[in-house]
Amino acid sequence: MSDANIPSNLKYTSDHEWARIEGNKAVVGITFHAQQTLGDVVYVELPAVGRKVSRGEAFGTVESVKAVSELFSPLSGTITKVNDELTAEPETLNTEPYGDGWIIEIEFSDSKELAELLDAAAYAKLLQNS
Amino acid sequence: MARRTPLNEAHRALGARMVDFAGWDMPVQYSSVIAEHEAVRNSVGLFDVSHMGEVEFAGPGALETVNGLISNDLARISDGQAVYAGLLNEQGGFVDDVVAYRFSPERILICVNASNRDKDFAWMKEHARGVAPVDRGDEYAQIAVQGPKAAGLVQRLTKTDTSKIGTYRFAEGEVAGVRAIISRTGYTGEDGFELYCAPDGAVALWNALLDAGQQEGVKPCGLGCRDSLRTEMKYALYGNDIDDSHTALEAGLGWIVKLDKAGFIGKDALVAQKAAGVKRKLVGFELTGAGIPRHGYPILKEGARVGEVTSGTMGPTVKKPIGIGYVPTELASEGSTFDVEIRGRAVPAVVVKTPFLKKP
Repeated sequence: MSDANIPSNLKYTSDHEWARIEGNKAVVGITFHAQQTLGDVVYVELPAVGRKVSRGEAFGTVESVKAVSELFSPLSGTITKVNDELTAEPETLNTEPYGDGWIIEIEFSDSKELAELLDAAAYAKLLQNS
Repeated sequence: MARRTPLNEAHRALGARMVDFAGWDMPVQYSSVIAEHEAVRNSVGLFDVSHMGEVEFAGPGALETVNGLISNDLARISDGQAVYAGLLNEQGGFVDDVVAYRFSPERILICVNASNRDKDFAWMKEHARGVAPVDRGDEYAQIAVQGPKAAGLVQRLTKTDTSKIGTYRFAEGEVAGVRAIISRTGYTGEDGFELYCAPDGAVALWNALLDAGQQEGVKPCGLGCRDSLRTEMKYALYGNDIDDSHTALEAGLGWIVKLDKAGFIGKDALVAQKAAGVKRKLVGFELTGAGIPRHGYPILKEGARVGEVTSGTMGPTVKKPIGIGYVPTELASEGSTFDVEIRGRAVPAVVVKTPFLKKP
């Protein structure tokens, strides 16, 4: 697994989501590994803006031709943005998982939870051991 | 430990993602399901289907013996032809769906689903009246060559005139120097062949097809696109769309049931069901709301569960969320509407004409 597939500026969950922390907000998506495992993404079910989520709670769904996979929130807080463009172009999750394939933005409510997230090295180790 | 086909190493060398399928270690995809699906629709794809089983009936009375086991009629076809058929239980439900090859009235080969190999053989042994079945599953590897450019590719590798092999017909010959049954059959909705050869010839045949197919843009294809391709055609998958509890008539497979032929297992139940009227039917539908239908999702009418999705996907060629499922007969006609429950949401759907894929 090359470093480019696990950017060092992001935080990760063991469910293969990533979070980019920007002040009191986090932009959230799924990792390169997650999209590769899913295969061709053909549908993304997004939550409503304003919805409150808890850490680990399912907030949406990604479907490939073959499989359905739930999305789990890496942090507790309020969803402030969703990437509506994924509805029309779900394949962006495959081509740009860390860029245009971002899924939601959360204003997180408990910064202590940040310590629970994995850094790139810990996530890389998790993938090696899986 | 999962069983391996003779092509297992070849799949790994090509970078396939492997999964356990019916106890076999099989490729689900090499590059992407959609790319492989499109290769089969537009050009040509190769599938390793060596995990399928083969059972042979050989000797005087073979045809009559098999005709007592299958729903279709081997007496209506010629030597060198094959039929799609059901092995039915006494209730008219499916033990399996199979393809029966008539080499002669004294030699019939039946291709069965990988997941049902052992069950089918035991069932045939128990129910065969006449010739005893012989399990030939380990003596055949099988490669499916499917797509509009399949015929050109196979023809370059064989002296057999493939233009003389019509749909659901077969010939014996050599392909790339490997002895093979060259069968114009498949499970994708495209033209193509299923090549049966000895296991020790499989790698040579596979590599020859991959090499020679470069000019057609041949792609090795996994189980992922095999499923999306067959779903677009509404071809039944055993364990999803057909099983022991749904009859052939309910599954819309009345055309493979020849009720006017001499007795076969399940006939009496189907005659009675036909007379009484079929109460549920397997239909194809499209979602008109957002989502993708999947196997096992409930079908609702006015909030009440009336049926179940048996297969579903986002059709890569039809580019719509499509599904197959059992509904009460009154909801089975084209244009009928119902909902599919997707993670707690009722998503509207409409029954459409199948196959979903309309050929020009």
